[in-house]
Amino acid sequence: MRILLITARLAWRNLWRNHRRTVIMLSAITLGVWAMIAMTAMIRGMVDGMILDSIETLPGHVQIRHPGYSDDPSIEKTVAEPSGALLQALEGPEVVAWTTRVRAVAVVTSERDSRGVSLLGVIPDGERALSFIADDIVEGRFLESPDDPGIVLGRKLVERLETKLGRRVVVMSQDPDNELADRGFRIVGIFKSKLSAYEDGFVFAGQATVQKMLRIPGRVTEIAVLGDNYRDVGGLTGLLGNAVPADAEVLPWFELDKYLGSMLPMMDGFVLVWIVVVFLALSFGLVNTLVMAVFERVREIGLMLALGMKPAMIMSQVIIESLLLLVIGLLIGDLLAWLTMQWLADGLDLSIVADGLDRFGMSTTLVPALQARDVVMANVTVLILGFLASLSPAWRASRYNPIEAITKV
Amino acid sequence: MSINFRLAWRNLWRQPRRTWLTAGAMIFSNMLIVFMISVQFGMYRTMIDNTLRSFSGHIQVQAPGFNDDQKMRQIVPDVAQLAAQLRTELQLDSVSARAIGFALVSSAERSAPAQVIGVEPETEPLVSSMPGLVSKGSYLVDRNAAEVVIGSVLARNLKVDIGDELTLLGNGPDGSFAAAVPVITGIIDSGIPDIDRALVQVPLGFFQDTFSMGTDGHSVVILAPEFTAIEQYRQRTSAILADRDDLVVLDWDPLNPGLKEALLADFVSAWLMYGVLIVLVAFSVLNTQLMSVLERTKEFGIIMSLGLTPGRLGRLVILEAALMGLLGLVLGVMLGGLVAWYFSIYGFSLPGMENIASRYNVPSRLYADVSLLSLLLGPSIVFVATLMASLYPALRLHWLKPVDAMRAV
Repeated sequence: MRILLITARLAWRNLWRNHRRTVIMLSAITLGVWAMIAMTAMIRGMVDGMILDSIETLPGHVQIRHPGYSDDPSIEKTVAEPSGALLQALEGPEVVAWTTRVRAVAVVTSERDSRGVSLLGVIPDGERALSFIADDIVEGRFLESPDDPGIVLGRKLVERLETKLGRRVVVMSQDPDNELADRGFRIVGIFKSKLSAYEDGFVFAGQATVQKMLRIPGRVTEIAVLGDNYRDVGGLTGLLGNAVPADAEVLPWFELDKYLGSMLPMMDGFVLVWIVVVFLALSFGLVNTLVMAVFERVREIGLMLALGMKPAMIMSQVIIESLLLLVIGLLIGDLLAWLTMQWLADGLDLSIVADGLDRFGMSTTLVPALQARDVVMANVTVLILGFLASLSPAWRASRYNPIEAITKV
Repeated sequence: MSINFRLAWRNLWRQPRRTWLTAGAMIFSNMLIVFMISVQFGMYRTMIDNTLRSFSGHIQVQAPGFNDDQKMRQIVPDVAQLAAQLRTELQLDSVSARAIGFALVSSAERSAPAQVIGVEPETEPLVSSMPGLVSKGSYLVDRNAAEVVIGSVLARNLKVDIGDELTLLGNGPDGSFAAAVPVITGIIDSGIPDIDRALVQVPLGFFQDTFSMGTDGHSVVILAPEFTAIEQYRQRTSAILADRDDLVVLDWDPLNPGLKEALLADFVSAWLMYGVLIVLVAFSVLNTQLMSVLERTKEFGIIMSLGLTPGRLGRLVILEAALMGLLGLVLGVMLGGLVAWYFSIYGFSLPGMENIASRYNVPSRLYADVSLLSLLLGPSIVFVATLMASLYPALRLHWLKPVDAMRAV
């Protein structure tokens, strides 16, 4: 133990014999670690933002639907409004919020023009807890009850239809028997959305009103459920899976939207690659520094060996020197990354490239998401790989022949 | 000059391991950046190409405002005649007229709202890849026949097949009622769900009759022979239409809002990462050059007292860095180019790519695009960073006092 302490002290002092080199190396490590963590947090923030924007605007974390709905999204494929065991499960503590919806393709016609949309029959109170819409009304009001006779349209759609608040539109769709189902609605509210596809493609009406119009009393096309963490919906899926009737299935968000689903594992892989790449770029400098540090101390090391210091101690001295360098670099890098995150806590404004981001399904504010897991991964990766990288110079240092080393100029 | 060069070269190899480690950092970063940029360029090219060829073409002639509002009354008068005129005057076959309307499309069992496009059967295959993707039946032939081709997902949702009749219900630009019952002659399977869900094409003449449009249409689509020739064709088209203030000529950027910005956002964010790598390389060079200057203090003192100016010595230090940088550049570009070249021929795919790729209209197998730009863009910046990093060690020489320096250990 005492020997180890002495070795550590030697290593520490050696580190500061050439303070310029140490400072440069420390800066490089700090920058590398900062880049690993800050960049990872940005990527995480971006993916989180995309997924949250998307799944919390409509789908929810988990949906209960008719098993045939995915293949053939038509009004024939409905499930009953929840009751019995399912209702009990939905009211349980694992569920943060849930609501039912009727979703149908429809044509909205104003006096001037007509457009194809998704008509959503919603329960206003349930929707308020689950999706964006209620908070983003720019004109008029949101629906007030499931049998509200009004309709809420997106800003862009209102523009395209050349209509406005208070005017009437006709909505046409079909019932399960393929009979035309249509109804006039008064526009009671106009919403905006971060994603223009929503503004253009969705209209909201009361669920009971839509059920009456489509002649499907008591039936809905989807039950959307919000848990407390979108990354972990396995428990929720299982729980609801046991409670749903036979003619319904439970689907987590990553199966509802395969594109978003493949985003998460892809980014996990990318984060690891990024950390390793930055480390590799760093490792050249690290090994270089150690090689130089050993090289300029050849005589000294020879002397220590001649005086009886064991090669293992020389080796551990070089390794400790490298680890000290890494640990200090990691601490400063972590701190800087954390400060950066604090500074960016309100999000980074990316509205200059808004249209482009819209294409990726991203909103214009990027809020970095620092995850403990990523910080630990970056630190552990740097320490382990750093240790491995310093083995070779350390081994070389401990293998000097004392006599040759002492006499070396 | 040659003596400087020889001195610098020899100095580099006084510490071969250090030189290789520093050059190694450059080679590694250069390889990575060359490879990444080649992949990015390859991806951008296919993305732009696929997107433009699928529908929008390179250039379109439309009525002012049509691109934003897509209103039926924003017409191009005598559209087929205009297309023919442009075909002759541009001496280009890939020019085709289109009309775009909106209709409720119904089969015996189902209905769906859809955008209906009237096309010229002879020339549409020259401007768009869709006619070539008919998976069942055949594409439209006759200009006036009551025929329709639809996307595969739409066909499945409507439960229709070739030979079935579809009912189109919509409105003409004057608000008149439009109805027709064309027969399905072909089904298009592009593999991109958004397209397969929405595509409905009918012959232009039939469209004009149905929607009471006379000889009018909504756009003339032009596909230039080369991506690089777009600007030239746009100018020529504008010149031909100079006296027509009821028409505008748009290139692919406004026709595909956000595509350019999306690529730009991707390129910029990638450069944040390359930037980190480049700065890490710069640190490595700074460290190496500073060390090599410091350990030669005595030698430099002697040379300076013999009359060599600090400026000349400084240039020597920068030349050393430049030689090292050149080594890193040449080897990095060669190795990175080799890797990129391999993937430009064989391509690669990442697990989980399929879902993401189909959303951005790219095949799931990506091919790198090796060009002079993709090979040299990154490495030349690394080289410049190398030179900048050697400035400080070189300038330090001006503070060197020959007498003190000679006495340095």
